[in-house]
Amino acid sequence: MSVLSAIKTRDAAELPGKRDEDWRWTDLRGLIREVPAPSAALDPASLPAGPFDALTSDVLVIANGVGAAHIGLEPGETKVVALRVVARGSGAHAARISVDVAAGGKLTLLETYEGEGAYLGQTGLRISLAKDATVERIVLAADDADGVTVAQAEVALAPGAAFAQSLITGGARRQRLETLVRHPGGHANLRLDGVYLLADKRHADLTTVVTHADVDGTTQQLTKGVVRDQARAVFQGKIIVAEGADRTDARMGHHALILSDRAEVDAKPELEIYADDVSCAHGNTVGALDEDALFYARQRGMPEADARALLTEAFIGEVIDRIDYEPAREIVRDWAAQRLRV
Amino acid sequence: MLSVSNLHATVDDKEILKGLTLDVPAGEVHAIMGPNGAGKSTLSYVLTGRQGYEVTAGGATLDGEDLLALEPNERAAKGVFLSFQYPLEIPGVPALTFIRTALNAQRKARGEAEITAPEFLKLARAKAAELKIDFDMLKRALNVGFSGGEKKRMEIFQMAMLSPRFLILDETDSGLDVDALRIVADGVNALRSPERAMLVITHYQRLLDYIKPDRVHVLAGGRIVESGGPELALELEREGYEKYARAA
Repeated sequence: MSVLSAIKTRDAAELPGKRDEDWRWTDLRGLIREVPAPSAALDPASLPAGPFDALTSDVLVIANGVGAAHIGLEPGETKVVALRVVARGSGAHAARISVDVAAGGKLTLLETYEGEGAYLGQTGLRISLAKDATVERIVLAADDADGVTVAQAEVALAPGAAFAQSLITGGARRQRLETLVRHPGGHANLRLDGVYLLADKRHADLTTVVTHADVDGTTQQLTKGVVRDQARAVFQGKIIVAEGADRTDARMGHHALILSDRAEVDAKPELEIYADDVSCAHGNTVGALDEDALFYARQRGMPEADARALLTEAFIGEVIDRIDYEPAREIVRDWAAQRLRV
Repeated sequence: MLSVSNLHATVDDKEILKGLTLDVPAGEVHAIMGPNGAGKSTLSYVLTGRQGYEVTAGGATLDGEDLLALEPNERAAKGVFLSFQYPLEIPGVPALTFIRTALNAQRKARGEAEITAPEFLKLARAKAAELKIDFDMLKRALNVGFSGGEKKRMEIFQMAMLSPRFLILDETDSGLDVDALRIVADGVNALRSPERAMLVITHYQRLLDYIKPDRVHVLAGGRIVESGGPELALELEREGYEKYARAA
């Protein structure tokens, strides 16, 4: 039972829904009565430029589920790759992508979801990092308000590897961005960040599961979001520290601003710790914009909308600042600012 | 300049200002002194339009224009500036970004062109030097991790940058040592001009040694109960507020 098998069999009963513990806040079964017919072929040459096209000549396009499916780096190789997952129309499609970075390789993966229409799209990524490999994955999810997207990434790290991720999303009709990380310890470093900026009736679900299997691993996780109107955000973050995975250092933070009475944030941070000698912490806050700070900014001359935008940009700026690759960081910052200033 | 007449205001349905009348002509500095709970901070918030401070009677005008009908940012663009008793921390926003955003918003509201980045930085460097503020501090998030004294100095820096016409200083001396107090007072005094006026709200006379007022008013029980020259402040320092507390 999965989104992928539902698309393949066109059987809506295969879709996950609220009876599945992990999907109870992102009910696809209740939303989609009939799985749409397969998406029509889409000519990549007909598409406008993607958000990160200016940063690299290495651009891969998956158009309605069809396109190049493998990214590989040789030992010690460095690459910046833009991966565009584009959906058009109201059909259903799925794509598999594998990313293999050999020992000491360094990949900056600039991944975008660009949708127009009432599509159902599923993307499965398998990302594998060999010893001392480095990957920074930056995901900009610009889906349609009518689209349904499920992106599932499985990441496997070797000792000494570093994986850093920043997901930035504006949500969709329903959207799930899932990241599962197998963490071997062994001085591998993981950063898992997220930003959601949701308006109208949009929905975004950021779900992560990190399993620390052995000693000496670190995980730094920070997710922040802003919801307004009748939008709904879901954050499910789980960190498992297996028995014997001592000296694991794992931190998880999730902080949300709710800007309207009808917006909703569902958060489930979980730490499951079976080892004895670990340093783990999590923090979770959901609140409104600080009215005192808002008045302070207005007293200095900022109109209310500008003051709100400044304060919310600053709130999520803490996460965006953690993006290492500066050219992408500024594109992401501008994209977020535009979302906040509407 | 500022004219307040028979102002009544409530906070949480409790009447705090009970018929306050006050005139501050252009070019003058007036001090408002009074015991705790007299309504000093309420007056500053009512004049600047803070939410939750409801005017139930009376009015306030700036150069004849109804101040109370304007949004807080519109009042700021007209030149009203409040130096907060407890300045807010603004995480994630560098002080310079905050001030430049505010300055350009005010200019836009007045139909003026935006200040360019080089002009702004030049002005900021000059004002920071005058107020003995380390320029690097202005690149940090506004007031986050600043000491009480640094926050007050940052208020005066913002005031110098925004160049307001009507200044309200709410307990600006609290948290300042004597050296910082002198620097702050110099900054305030530098803004004294025939076109500007100031309202200095303070519990203690100390600040008025440095910022010499033209008039001193005693605020007790939500109204001005006595007005006089600078000597009134000295008398209050000697005798306290007890007789006014009884009168209120």
